Amino acid sequence: MREELYQQTILEHNRNPRNFKKLEGATHVAEGYNPLCGDHLWVYMKVNSSGVIEDAAFEGSGCAISKASASMMTASLKGKSTDEAKVLFEEFHQLVKGDLKPDDQPNHLGKLTVFSGIWQYPARVKCASLGWHTMHGALEKAKTVSTE
Amino acid sequence: MSTFNVHKLRQEFPNLNIQVHGKPLVYLDNAATTFKPRCVIDAISNHYSHGTSNVHRGVHFLSEQATAAFEYSRQVVRQFLHARRVEEIIFTKGATDSLNLIAQSYGRHFLKAGDEIIISHMEHHSNIVPWQMLCQQIGCVLKVIPINDRGEIILEEYRKLLSDKTKLVSMVWVSNSLGTVNPVKSVIEAAHKRNAVVVIDAAQAVTHAPINVQELDCDFLVFSGHKVFGPTGVGVLFGKEKWLEAMPPYQGGGDMIKSVTFDKTTYNVLPYKFEAGTPAIAEVIGLRSALEFFQNIGWEGMKQHKQELLEHGTKVLLSIDGVRIVGTAQEKTSIISFVVEGIHPHDLGTLVDQEGVAIRTGHHCTQPVMEFFKIPATARASLAFYNTKEELDVLVKAINRAKDIFNA
Repeated sequence: MREELYQQTILEHNRNPRNFKKLEGATHVAEGYNPLCGDHLWVYMKVNSSGVIEDAAFEGSGCAISKASASMMTASLKGKSTDEAKVLFEEFHQLVKGDLKPDDQPNHLGKLTVFSGIWQYPARVKCASLGWHTMHGALEKAKTVSTE
Repeated sequence: MSTFNVHKLRQEFPNLNIQVHGKPLVYLDNAATTFKPRCVIDAISNHYSHGTSNVHRGVHFLSEQATAAFEYSRQVVRQFLHARRVEEIIFTKGATDSLNLIAQSYGRHFLKAGDEIIISHMEHHSNIVPWQMLCQQIGCVLKVIPINDRGEIILEEYRKLLSDKTKLVSMVWVSNSLGTVNPVKSVIEAAHKRNAVVVIDAAQAVTHAPINVQELDCDFLVFSGHKVFGPTGVGVLFGKEKWLEAMPPYQGGGDMIKSVTFDKTTYNVLPYKFEAGTPAIAEVIGLRSALEFFQNIGWEGMKQHKQELLEHGTKVLLSIDGVRIVGTAQEKTSIISFVVEGIHPHDLGTLVDQEGVAIRTGHHCTQPVMEFFKIPATARASLAFYNTKEELDVLVKAINRAKDIFNA
């Protein structure tokens, strides 16, 4: 039996997404698009001169998985350095592919481990990673990120 | 013909009897592909168990037998489409392949810069992109017939688009994302008055109503085997002989030639001119079984059953709070696209799958349709003759469960 995908945390973030707005004065912005399902979002970050993400936000439309994932991502990014954000991106990427087992391997994922079962839903992995790829693209200065 | 008996017919489809996530499968994704009756599976299995051979080549027993079976399939397809001659039936990889063949062979040969091609707003990407590619290659222009809020083409607008520049009209008979049945007969007549040729994409139409290409008078018609209970990897291109004769080959290779020297190659006669390389022999043989099985069911009983499914499905879906049906054409086949307020179609697809229900969610390869209705995607239940009202009730239960989970 597969792990339940729609856990309470995910449903709750879908209903009340955090940091769901356009961020004025953002230093890093990117657009993410998944043509397969039409998920479409923008990720904004305000990074200060010491390379710390002071604020993060997102807006757009998509399924519950992509929305909840982006919402939880913005919450977890605040206060992290861009280097830490990139580490977190890698860990999340491994997690949703099923390559990182959060109970056995050290990681910085915290609440994000709620997505640990998504590798059992291969068609939905891209939904969970869209916001993250977009964030990564923004840090790498890519304007548009597409996941297919 | 005996009366239509859905429960008896279901027994012919082994794939209907599986369980998904511990629940009996409810398969409502027939517009994507259909299940195969046992006779099709057996035909393919028999070919590989006892009849493996290439066709049109050897003089040995197996080759002659396979060639005869392969060519008999062509006869069955000819009769299925009511085509005049067997030479007008070309086997391809599928409807998409057939459309690309027409665009690249007929289109590049007969169209020139400034000529206009008309398609509709509800085309599948496979009936958009090949024409866009042709336009880029030779500088012809693509025109699009608009649709109304019910998802029907606007015939008056179509007539306005037609001009002496119009050289080709390519249109879907039955929309895969809206279920709309288009008035292809009128479309063809109007185009012919302007001397434009007409291509009909019958991918979804093959299971909707009998097809008579002579009565329709279409110049080309395409369909895929797997959407009519046959194998994947095989499709059909019907073309009027006069066009096929005049068209250059699409691909070069074995079987499509009469003789080859380094100076000159002479092409084979129809239909082989368009069948380069070893074809999908087992699949072509399987397609024959599928068409024979399908035609034996009897149109009347099947049509009535599918109409009842469409009416029941529409009724029970609309009884759910927050459900909106996308595509409400007056002439409609048993395809129901819908959205549920507060639940993204992809979440809905995953949630009903947990109850064993297979529906399609997404843009259904018709992004312009989604754009027209200002939605990113829909959920779609597409019903075949082997579906039942009870299965639609399972879908409704699964949607209600999804609504509970989402508090929608």
